[in-house]
Amino acid sequence: MSTTTTPAAKTAGKRNGPAQRRAPADGPPRRLGRQNAAGWLFSTPFLVLFAVFMAFPIVATLLMSFTDFGLRNVTHPLDAEFIGLENYTKLFEDEKFLEALFNTAYFVVVGVPVTVLLGLLVAVLLNNGIDRARTFFRVGFYAPVVTSIVAVAVVWRFVLDPTDGLIAGLAAEAGFTAPDFLGSETLAMPSLIAMAVWRNLGTVMVLFIAGLQAIPTEVREAARLDGAGTFQELRRITVPLLRPTTLYATVITTIGYLNVFEEPFVMTQGGPSDSTLTVSLHMYREGFNFFHMGYASAMAYVLFVVIMAVTVLQLRLLKDNTS
Amino acid sequence: MSGTRAPGIRGTSRIRRPAVYVVVSAGLLVMAAPFLWMVLSAFKTDRELTASPPVWIPTEWTFQHFTELLERLDMPLYFMNSVIVAVFVTVCNLVFCSMLGYALAKLDFGGRSKVFAIVLGALMVPGNLMLLPLFVLMSRLQLIDSYAGLVLPFAAGAVGVFLMRQFMLSIPDDLLEAARLDGAGEWFIFWRIVMPLVKPALATLSILTFLGSWNNFVWPLIATNDPGKYTLPVALATFATDPNKSAGSNGMLMAGSFLVVLPVLIVFIALQRHFTQGIATAGMK
Repeated sequence: MSTTTTPAAKTAGKRNGPAQRRAPADGPPRRLGRQNAAGWLFSTPFLVLFAVFMAFPIVATLLMSFTDFGLRNVTHPLDAEFIGLENYTKLFEDEKFLEALFNTAYFVVVGVPVTVLLGLLVAVLLNNGIDRARTFFRVGFYAPVVTSIVAVAVVWRFVLDPTDGLIAGLAAEAGFTAPDFLGSETLAMPSLIAMAVWRNLGTVMVLFIAGLQAIPTEVREAARLDGAGTFQELRRITVPLLRPTTLYATVITTIGYLNVFEEPFVMTQGGPSDSTLTVSLHMYREGFNFFHMGYASAMAYVLFVVIMAVTVLQLRLLKDNTS
Repeated sequence: MSGTRAPGIRGTSRIRRPAVYVVVSAGLLVMAAPFLWMVLSAFKTDRELTASPPVWIPTEWTFQHFTELLERLDMPLYFMNSVIVAVFVTVCNLVFCSMLGYALAKLDFGGRSKVFAIVLGALMVPGNLMLLPLFVLMSRLQLIDSYAGLVLPFAAGAVGVFLMRQFMLSIPDDLLEAARLDGAGEWFIFWRIVMPLVKPALATLSILTFLGSWNNFVWPLIATNDPGKYTLPVALATFATDPNKSAGSNGMLMAGSFLVVLPVLIVFIALQRHFTQGIATAGMK
């Protein structure tokens, strides 16, 4: 906004050449003025919403995490007291948080590979083995993705119900007793994972189908002429060429699963005895049930750092393997 | 995504394998089973709901769970709340995302790369990071339990901007340049020339946004205390997770889930091409 004659601009200009040259260097002046103004005007609504509902809250969460922000501060935010890193140190002594961290890791470590591999399998089958009614199959596998997670969780609770449930009924018919999936500390989490896989398979499948269709036909035909069998083609051609898609599918599935909230919220409320308490659910409770909002903010940032670290690690690992 | 055929591999002998159809059909059945079970259970009598072995097809179809649901939960109100919020979110996204998409794709302005960097950054930030201050902010603005409070945080999504930008990049610059030489303003060009050309993208964006809003749960859960402003998923979850209310009412819960899921499934099946297109566009970059 400052004019080019201020001393500050002159010193800044030294690095990039004389200051006067900067204006015309941006483009033909005739359209620049108009397009420049229009560009900023067209950006304004998004930027305002971004500033108020994203940038500000992200910074505010960080600030809140260094305070004892509580219920009182919802009406008097500036009265919150600065307590340094206390929330963060408290987190790593909080057994519930550590358990939630473990549960979330469990969800990701088991859930992500199963989701990605099943999604790949379905995509390969639909793309290479099916030539009739392919749209029908694709729609069927994708349908769970578009449905309300809450409704779906309610249905799954019923499916898994130990007395009236579908699985219990089918097991009884086959002559054995189905376990109480959601009531068991060891089975509750695998049940939630099964449901998440069921629900997210379609997203991964669609990504892989798009990836498969981007592989040039000539490459496949060349491989086949060289005598590659189905399995060899899959291993030598398809899988390597799908690396970018695999990377993307893995990263977005991991991020989604690290944030897992609705499944335990609706199906188990974190139980039995916190065996399905995830970081997001713990954060929600601390923040919105007990109004320990400073503490919950610290948790949000720890989760964020974990997500960033895992994403960077995945990008590294999966990219390096390509060469 | 335009065709449903595998490019060039039709006609080779090893492709037509009945076994693949069997495997894929079995998989599809597993995928569909919870839905089928839900729909059929919603119409069962209480006796058949708890029958063992399980009854798939009700011998006696009943609407009892639906009438009971409507008596105990104000479903039309929650339905309307969901519709109102989703419509406003969708309209805002169509306008705001298209505007920025146009600026990023077609306007030569200083700071364009910075704005684009902000959009990409916004794509990556998890929603959890914003919930707590957003709740405090909305409380201070007295927007808790208001439609504005439910709509504003979702009024412009980075995914939408990205989607619109990608589609608008393919519009030839010459066309816009010709309009500019004729003296058309940028707003006229955007509204009268560009927007009609990107109708397919607008359709994709509106479906994705509407459904995203329809299924959204965490923020409406936080931003509403008054049951009068509950959206459908919040109302359903509140009922389902309160054991005092929902104990022994599986029929009602299935009827409720059915009512939440059915509109979505119909829209999805009718317009499925737009979904896969949206996902693929976002994924391929």
